[in-house]
Amino acid sequence: MSQFRIPGKGRVDHAETVSFSFDGKRYEGLRGDTVASALLAHGVHLMGRSFKYHRPRGPVTADSAEPNALIGTSRGAGEKEGRFEPNTRATVQELRQGLVAESQNRLGSLSFDLGAVNDALHPLFPAGFYYKTFMWPRSFWDKLYEPVIRHAAGLGRAPSKVDPDSYASRYLHSDLLVVGAGPSGLMAALAAARAGVRVTLVDENPEMGGALLSDPGIEIEGRPAWDWLSGALAELNALGVRLMTRTTAIGYYHQNMIGLCEKLTDHLDEIPEGAPRERMWRVRATRVVLAQGALEKPLVFHGNDRPGVMLAGAAQSYLHRWGVRVGERAVIVTSHDSAWYAAFDLAEAGSKVVAIVDTRATPPEALVSEARARGIEVLAGHTVTGTKGRLRVASVTVNPVRGGTVGAARLLHCDCLLMSGGWTPSLHLFSHTKGSLQWDAESETFLPGRMTEECHIAGAGRGVWGYAEALADGAKAGADAATALGREAEAITPDVAHDRPGTGESHKELPTDRKSHRVRAFVDYQNDVTAKDLRLAVREGMRSIEHVKRYTTNGMATDQGKMSNMNGLMIAADAVGKPPPQVGLTTFRPPYTPTTFGAFAGYHRGATFEVTRATPIDGWAEENGAVYEPVSLWRRAWYFPIGGEDMEEAVARECRAMRASVGIFDASTLGKIEVMGPDAVEFMNRMYTNPWTKLAPGRCRYGVLLGEDGYIRDDGVIGRLSDDLFHVTTTTGGAARVLNMMEDYLQTEWPDLDVWLTSTTEQWATVALNGPRAREVLAPLVEGQDISAEAFPHMSVAECTVAGFKARLFRLSFTGELGFEINVPARHGRALWEALMEAGKPHGITPYGTETMHVLRAEKGFIIVGQDTDGTVTPQDAGLGWAIGKKKPDFVGKRGLARPDLVAEGRKQLVGLMTEDGAVKLEEGAQIVLDPEQPLPMKMVGHVTSSYHSATLGRSIAMALVEGGTERMGETVHVPMPDGVVRAKVTSTAFYDPDGDRLKL
Amino acid sequence: MLLIHCPYCDETLPELEFAYAGEAHVDRPADPSALSDEEWRDFLFIRANPKGPHFERWRHVHGCARFFNAVRDTVSDRFLMTYKAGEPRPDISKLEEAQ
Ligand SMILES: [Zn+2]
Repeated sequence: MSQFRIPGKGRVDHAETVSFSFDGKRYEGLRGDTVASALLAHGVHLMGRSFKYHRPRGPVTADSAEPNALIGTSRGAGEKEGRFEPNTRATVQELRQGLVAESQNRLGSLSFDLGAVNDALHPLFPAGFYYKTFMWPRSFWDKLYEPVIRHAAGLGRAPSKVDPDSYASRYLHSDLLVVGAGPSGLMAALAAARAGVRVTLVDENPEMGGALLSDPGIEIEGRPAWDWLSGALAELNALGVRLMTRTTAIGYYHQNMIGLCEKLTDHLDEIPEGAPRERMWRVRATRVVLAQGALEKPLVFHGNDRPGVMLAGAAQSYLHRWGVRVGERAVIVTSHDSAWYAAFDLAEAGSKVVAIVDTRATPPEALVSEARARGIEVLAGHTVTGTKGRLRVASVTVNPVRGGTVGAARLLHCDCLLMSGGWTPSLHLFSHTKGSLQWDAESETFLPGRMTEECHIAGAGRGVWGYAEALADGAKAGADAATALGREAEAITPDVAHDRPGTGESHKELPTDRKSHRVRAFVDYQNDVTAKDLRLAVREGMRSIEHVKRYTTNGMATDQGKMSNMNGLMIAADAVGKPPPQVGLTTFRPPYTPTTFGAFAGYHRGATFEVTRATPIDGWAEENGAVYEPVSLWRRAWYFPIGGEDMEEAVARECRAMRASVGIFDASTLGKIEVMGPDAVEFMNRMYTNPWTKLAPGRCRYGVLLGEDGYIRDDGVIGRLSDDLFHVTTTTGGAARVLNMMEDYLQTEWPDLDVWLTSTTEQWATVALNGPRAREVLAPLVEGQDISAEAFPHMSVAECTVAGFKARLFRLSFTGELGFEINVPARHGRALWEALMEAGKPHGITPYGTETMHVLRAEKGFIIVGQDTDGTVTPQDAGLGWAIGKKKPDFVGKRGLARPDLVAEGRKQLVGLMTEDGAVKLEEGAQIVLDPEQPLPMKMVGHVTSSYHSATLGRSIAMALVEGGTERMGETVHVPMPDGVVRAKVTSTAFYDPDGDRLKL
Repeated sequence: MLLIHCPYCDETLPELEFAYAGEAHVDRPADPSALSDEEWRDFLFIRANPKGPHFERWRHVHGCARFFNAVRDTVSDRFLMTYKAGEPRPDISKLEEAQ
């Protein structure tokens, strides 16, 4: 086994080896290892290169706060490459058989990185370098900045294949959610569950226990910590508590909704068939206990980023959880008691502790005597002024500090430097709730203050230190939550022996004797932000911590400032000359740790990304080779190609066939609303621009709906079936919006009207039959209604039977030809369609899609709301002034139409455009100018809204909104395009059969 | 995700079931034609946009489909109360005391 692994020690399974590779080299680890612990067991500290300067870096933590040891992981090459993930924290990723890991952000090899030239160039990258270095000269953009520097700066590479994994999503309701299963969280869950509360306990680690896993020497209730832990977990299990490991609370949202991301397969050797990789839980909890613990802060000194320099607490975790000594010769530098215990444990395990360097002049006497008893040199009142070593720390320079003066340097040889700058509560989730933070002068840190949610905070997460106190605090929080939930609860206080309480001091960067330009003391490791950068930002005018953060990018890396925020604040506050609480902490936002897109997307991908609505006739269209287009949430048959036809050929054939004989079209997606009741006609008069009182039952009318601002919102043909019943049709995309608008007026403005509104869009299948032979095809199938021209004129509606089905039959036309729309109950839609196809065979009936429908209506100048209008078009602008009931005292939009801007001269109006060369088709959206010779920028007077090639007319046609358009009939306008200016004549929009003779069949 | 109390269903339900519908107590004038351009502009476009309690309309669109009124604090994003359409505007100072 490897040199740094202690046989039998830790919570790993020494009987089971797991093999993996890192940068192509094979390693063996143990079941239970992380990538970081396994590499450290082989003495490998160098795991990555930094973002900006490509400095060699090793892990600084043993947990999810890790800023440095980011790797790419995959399950191998080829197909498995799709399971590649960049920026995985080596300190979190558990080993699995065959895991393939690679280092990131290097040019060449990890140990010889060409990108490290950026480090030598570091004066080029001061704070705000984004705003300075990259500004000028322009030519450097293409030659240097983009290809070299930008390429060299960055994190991992993006995966090149589609993620083959699936992701799940669940809801959960819980009386109490406890976040964090360390001593406080365990006690909170125990106290509440014993009182009968339904509890969920979550922890981001593979096993519960938190700090207890790294402190097995503690005794609780007379039992060693790990025995007590097993007992506690067994009891929680027996009490029915839902225990969730590998589950991170990523965000704390309104009214106690917490997002949890549960990792399910990343640690498994083989992925079970169909197993989701992660599961997103949306938990609604009546009460929440946050027991997230505290984060250890690094110390800020020259060379504090060298591999081998890590947090003392992390070294203690590697030792106890994974049985790994992080080095043979350790120097400890600390401002907090906790690191002393790490030193003692390491010494016990056989590493040489060269010295404990404490920045405090008088560390606790008990600790000093114990160190001396173990033969460890104590250097109190000292600072660290530098480290040396190319790819791993080899020595550290320490100096005494007396009265603010840095004394003579002394060199200590070591292969690891364990630091502790004290601890800061993990406030991220509490911050998500907008709870206020309170500065605690004694511990020099922010603690949670006023709460906005039904939550409790326990343990180190609110500044409580030492196991006895943390356990008691957790028990109290759990009992308080249970009491709030109406239970009787008892907060017991367990006895603790061999406790490790402690205090410490907070620092800005440590005092040094080095010249300032020679100091590289890192605050944000991942973004390569130094103390000097922060001070420069303040000198350059940044006063708010939010500005300092954005100017320097401090705290903006994937670790969200877990390591850097407090140190950054202490330095910025010192530079600004104000106490830290006046400078303030930046806002933490979800997610707590980097979370995959897959977890957020859940089931919403591929075919289940969005609902696809299909009409009852959709199956026929599919069987007959339809090409589809999406229209709002529907998929609609776009055209029906035959043989090798392209769209243009198919559409031309469909258009010609319909105009020559008969065409059939699935119009089922049209919105349909039934307006019914004694006041239905009054309601219609108030909603639509048109007058409805005199519309007789059995007749229909084209209706226009405005907003109160006077602009067109929707349109459609509306049939009156009886005095108190209207069958309203809307545009396909507007159906829900129109019903919402109608309901709004009915419920809130005119609740006195006795009217019922019912959406019937999906109750009816609608088939449009158009063309000179339409009646011949339809008539034999109709019972109960004479559909001759005399008995059933244009714009009629009747209830009758068609092909044996009860139907609402309209005679109307969106094509300019004789037309019918047959509505039958949706379940009969396909049978009706097939009956009509059969009946139409002798006439060469031709199915057509939406593209042909668009061309046919454009030939007649019929608008499509949303294409020829854009929310700023009035009925007059669109040539629909005739549809306004001018005698009506009021309707929605009537007053709006009288607004000064809407009656002004020179509004854009809808006109036809005919290109001089009929073979040239304008582009929809193209801008129109009057004088193509004018200097740039030209004055644009409008744009093309619809443009098609018309097979009927043998040329192109277009519609356009043009300033003062109706006054410009016959004028030539110009459409500048990349390959030249197109000339076009302004015309009426009625390109085909302007007098409507073809409707008179 | 907020929980919203529908005064018609008398149930507190997830925000997903509801749709926001603009400021409340903006009545459509009985006779719009009698309004000056300025008065009509104010009705159409001018809204209170307060920092703090805001009277607003919501629709329980994926439930009973009724429009109702609410008072929501725009700073904390908390609903102070909801009430049926047509009921008078509640007294904010009393609501804040109750909080
Ligand atoms: Zn409701």
